[in-house]
Amino acid sequence: MADRLFSWLVFGCSLLVVLCMVWVLGDVVIEGLAHFSWQFLFTVPEDAGRAGGIGPILVSTVWILVIALAVALPLGLGVAIWLSEFSPGNSRFGNTTGITLDILAGIPSIVYGLFGNAFFSIYLGLGFSLMSGGLTLACMILPVFVRTCETGLRAVNDDWRRGALALGLTRSAAIWHILLPAARPAIIAGLILGIGRATAETAALLFTSGYVDRMPESLLDSGRALAVHIYDLSMNVTGGDGAAYASALVLITLIITLNTFAQSFVNSWFRRRLVVS
Amino acid sequence: MKRQKTNPYTLGEIEQGAPCCVPAPLLRVRDLTLGYGGKTVLSQVSLDIYKGCITALIGPSGCGKTSFLSALNRLTDHYDNAQVNGQILFDGQDVLHDPVDTLRLRRRIGMIFQRPNPFPLSIWRNLELPLKEHGVRDRQVRTKKIETALMDVGLWEEVSDRLHTSALALSGGQQQRLCIARALVLEPEILLMDEPCSALDPISSGVVESLILRLRERYTVVIVTHNLAQARRVANYAGFFWMTERVGKLIEFGQCRHLFEAPVHELTAAYISGAQG
Repeated sequence: MADRLFSWLVFGCSLLVVLCMVWVLGDVVIEGLAHFSWQFLFTVPEDAGRAGGIGPILVSTVWILVIALAVALPLGLGVAIWLSEFSPGNSRFGNTTGITLDILAGIPSIVYGLFGNAFFSIYLGLGFSLMSGGLTLACMILPVFVRTCETGLRAVNDDWRRGALALGLTRSAAIWHILLPAARPAIIAGLILGIGRATAETAALLFTSGYVDRMPESLLDSGRALAVHIYDLSMNVTGGDGAAYASALVLITLIITLNTFAQSFVNSWFRRRLVVS
Repeated sequence: MKRQKTNPYTLGEIEQGAPCCVPAPLLRVRDLTLGYGGKTVLSQVSLDIYKGCITALIGPSGCGKTSFLSALNRLTDHYDNAQVNGQILFDGQDVLHDPVDTLRLRRRIGMIFQRPNPFPLSIWRNLELPLKEHGVRDRQVRTKKIETALMDVGLWEEVSDRLHTSALALSGGQQQRLCIARALVLEPEILLMDEPCSALDPISSGVVESLILRLRERYTVVIVTHNLAQARRVANYAGFFWMTERVGKLIEFGQCRHLFEAPVHELTAAYISGAQG
């Protein structure tokens, strides 16, 4: 009897979670579709976003993402490889790096926004720009990405490391041909986490990429990200709810698409080096 | 009963062994002492590895046999806190102290591990990778070498129709033979084998054992084994390791037949008979 009660209880918890998701998604899809049209994706926002579309906003979002990933991906992989393969076990610098990453991962994004504003926008003179925003996001997603990749690399079978060394392969060959492909699932997971976090980010972008809703002409132009647009429409623009919903629909679709794309891209890239049975 | 000899390591005159066996030392180990983080695990080991012979190292677990093997190709460089002292003379060089290109050394002294460790690549790529990394650029040369290696280990007929499928799909015995092929493809002079059959079922173990016997004609083999019957069947020379005061020592070294039939040291006699009974 107690067992049955318990099983119903845990089932109820799961049901609640699923219902929440269905509700949120359903709300966004229904309300969003009411205001959505293909035009909406390509036109310029008018009347503070109440009318028109989100063309420039999409472009800014994509650029910010591209910059963030282009910086965070190689840098993050580099740090992860150093931590898992080269830093001697229990070295002080290795430990310090690890702790630093964990602290950085826990810092609220608004703090990243302030840092990005002070460092990239003012100190480096990048101003309110896609570049400042992208670099700030790169800093923000780096810690989680590094930790995920590092964990993945550490989990790779040690027998392969020894096997590679015993064959007289260089460390870099072992990493490139064997360890990185074997750590692929973790790298994908890190990438997806990073993309999700970067695409949905609002606070860190308010003070860095700004909220000008014009079409950006260069990476040093200010541009409004999609999440910032939704925030602005729902908080500051009366009568902007419809457009906010439609933008939210686009944002969710974008994240799902990017995740799928990231997964298949990383898969196919590594599959060429790795035959999975 | 037992004769006490002045040199405890070598027993009797070195006879001309098996026809392929040349009583010329290819590798001489002198006073090898090995420890991890200040704790000595192996002390003062001196022995010669003869060209074209199979040398078996026997003894209970934990007495440093695997560490000894790893020192010979300097894999110990990559073990945390490992210190190796003494001399390992190979081809006129002291492997431990002279400036040695370890990648080249490991090409000349291959190693097979207890657990088969084929890389998570296709069968073909497992063999191609070490060749490519050691600068064999010519595709035809590589193909020839790979085919020869697979034939040498008797895998060719079993896998020639699925060379480009994952090596991890092979059975344990096939994986171990693939690992041997992967070492052979680099044409090493010495093969170090660390209990190559202990993770295999009896039939695969038998196949690998007969393979080792066939290799004797062309390679010098040093094999660590817990299987005394196997040591007796395959080896020309045998060394017995034992722990005294928590430090591994080479108790007796000599021709395999002598060591098994007329051991000099009581410990050897006890170990051999104990394991027999």
